[in-house]
Amino acid sequence: MSMLSFERKYRVAGGGLIGGELFDFWVGPFYVGFFGVTTAVFATLGTALIIYGAAIGPTWNIWQIDIAPPSIEYGLGVAPLREGGLWQIITICAIGAFVSWALRQVEIARKLGMGFHIPIAFAFAIFAYLSLEVFRPIMLGAWGHAFPYGIFTHLDWVSNVGYQGLHFHYNPAHMLAVTCFFGTTLMLAMHGGVILSAVNPPKGEVVKHGQHENQYFRDTIAYSIGPLGIHRLGWFAAINAGFWSAICILISGPFWVSGWPYFYDWYLQLPFWNNMGLGGLG
Amino acid sequence: MASFHSLYSQIQIHGPHDEGLPVKGHESPRLITPVLNRWLGKIGDPQIGPTYLGFCGIASLICGFIAIEIIGLNFWASVHWNPVAFIEGMAWHRLDPPEAKWGFSPFVPLAEGGWWIWAGFFLTASILLWWCRMYLRAKALGMSTHVAWAFASAIFLYLSIGFIRPMLLGSWHEAPPFGIIPHLNWTASLSVLYGNFYYNPFHCFSIVFLYGSVLLFAMHGGTILAVSRFGGERETEEIVDRGTAAERGALFWRWTIGFNATFESVHRWAYWFAILTTFAGAIGILLTGTVVDNWYLWGVKWGLAPEYPATYPDMTLPPEIAEQVRSIADASSHSAVGNPPPEMVPPAPEAAQ
Repeated sequence: MSMLSFERKYRVAGGGLIGGELFDFWVGPFYVGFFGVTTAVFATLGTALIIYGAAIGPTWNIWQIDIAPPSIEYGLGVAPLREGGLWQIITICAIGAFVSWALRQVEIARKLGMGFHIPIAFAFAIFAYLSLEVFRPIMLGAWGHAFPYGIFTHLDWVSNVGYQGLHFHYNPAHMLAVTCFFGTTLMLAMHGGVILSAVNPPKGEVVKHGQHENQYFRDTIAYSIGPLGIHRLGWFAAINAGFWSAICILISGPFWVSGWPYFYDWYLQLPFWNNMGLGGLG
Repeated sequence: MASFHSLYSQIQIHGPHDEGLPVKGHESPRLITPVLNRWLGKIGDPQIGPTYLGFCGIASLICGFIAIEIIGLNFWASVHWNPVAFIEGMAWHRLDPPEAKWGFSPFVPLAEGGWWIWAGFFLTASILLWWCRMYLRAKALGMSTHVAWAFASAIFLYLSIGFIRPMLLGSWHEAPPFGIIPHLNWTASLSVLYGNFYYNPFHCFSIVFLYGSVLLFAMHGGTILAVSRFGGERETEEIVDRGTAAERGALFWRWTIGFNATFESVHRWAYWFAILTTFAGAIGILLTGTVVDNWYLWGVKWGLAPEYPATYPDMTLPPEIAEQVRSIADASSHSAVGNPPPEMVPPAPEAAQ
């Protein structure tokens, strides 16, 4: 029922990392496996705790529900459930679910004889999450430096922490991350567009393939990276968007405490022009 | 790397050039003799060129050159033509739009923002001509024009920021300056001036699509690379004649998230996520200052954000200051200028919404 016409011959045993044949089966379209079970346990418990946190909180307004980390006074200690303990357990559940999910992707890739590019990319997203919720709070000495779980409250956190650095656009790693985000999206539009335009030609034209895709980008921007290269580049740029996002927040606080605009003082004070009496920037 | 590469997914192949599809009689000849670059070949196709310029391409490059000249010479003039100061401050130099007092008039003295208008004019002309080129080359090659329409969405955001919104508000002063750090400062200021863009729902959508696009490319790029040992990068061939690469790619996601795209439909997801990033962003920009003055108060009104208690409940303004604030608020409510110059005191809170 939930099987595609060609699916049966791919549903073979093996490929699992742990658990042998015990969990080597499908539920509907989903592959289960050992890490499917751990994902389900962590995700269910975490979600239930978020709902419980909402229930004991002040509002059921979906936009304003907020599960905050412990306040700074608790440092890196364990907090009572109502004072951030929930956040701590939910964070453990989230990490467990994310890591299980990545390992489940590894199992599925092995089963299908595929490379591990997808779980590797996902690992960078997990790294970014861990940076925000674990590594940076540890470096700063308190779980209270992590972001809260809530739709608009986590945006408030981003806004507030950004302005603690006075102006986050001056953070060089943030610049790199934003460049990768915009660049990846640009390349995605170009790649998606050219494939659709090749296989959905105007009336009376035949379907086009690699030669025309190459020609289109050579004609318009002098270079076509080709069908294999574009996926390498897009995958690499997407990973870097996540990676530099992690770096830009890891260095904010633990390694750079002044406002980010001051980061460039070394450049403006280079002896070369600092001794020329230019009187600063006009 | 797998040993299988089709002719059109060549990497590090150094042989005869691909001279390109023949141009039709009325088209210009292609430029640049193809060159093979070993370093490009480590990632993708090693061949650069040949390329097509034609009327639109040449006109676009000329307009773009003029725009960059206007901007660069204004930067240089701002440091009294000192070459060292010009280089030192490259990231900080700015070319500002006209002051609010000029409204949306196209006739502004060059030194007071006129150069900004001209730079914007030529940059816009260059971009629109480049759009024509993206459209016309697709037509010339017998392809559809998807890439051009995705580009149009980005141009719509660019025009919304620099032209349409200033026009709606009747002031060039609402537009961003040219300059690396100045345009970042403008972005941050705009957000704060209008009550924090995080509460702007179209900004939310735009970021969802931006992050979603990056997620999609990580998923899609990863999938194709993971099935490249089955020739999966030959996507168009797999679309019209599905092979094991497409089947495995589909099943990976079906088994992981219970849902799969096809080799064709994943590109529709990609295309629309990317397009909606800039399109939603443009809508968010066009609503700011025209329909909504303060996104935080808008968020409070619709239940997105809690109302914070007054920070200084007992503070009363000295009578003479209160009078001053009131008269400025009255004056600004009579003029159509959306954004008071920085030296003006902001209007009283009750006038802000």
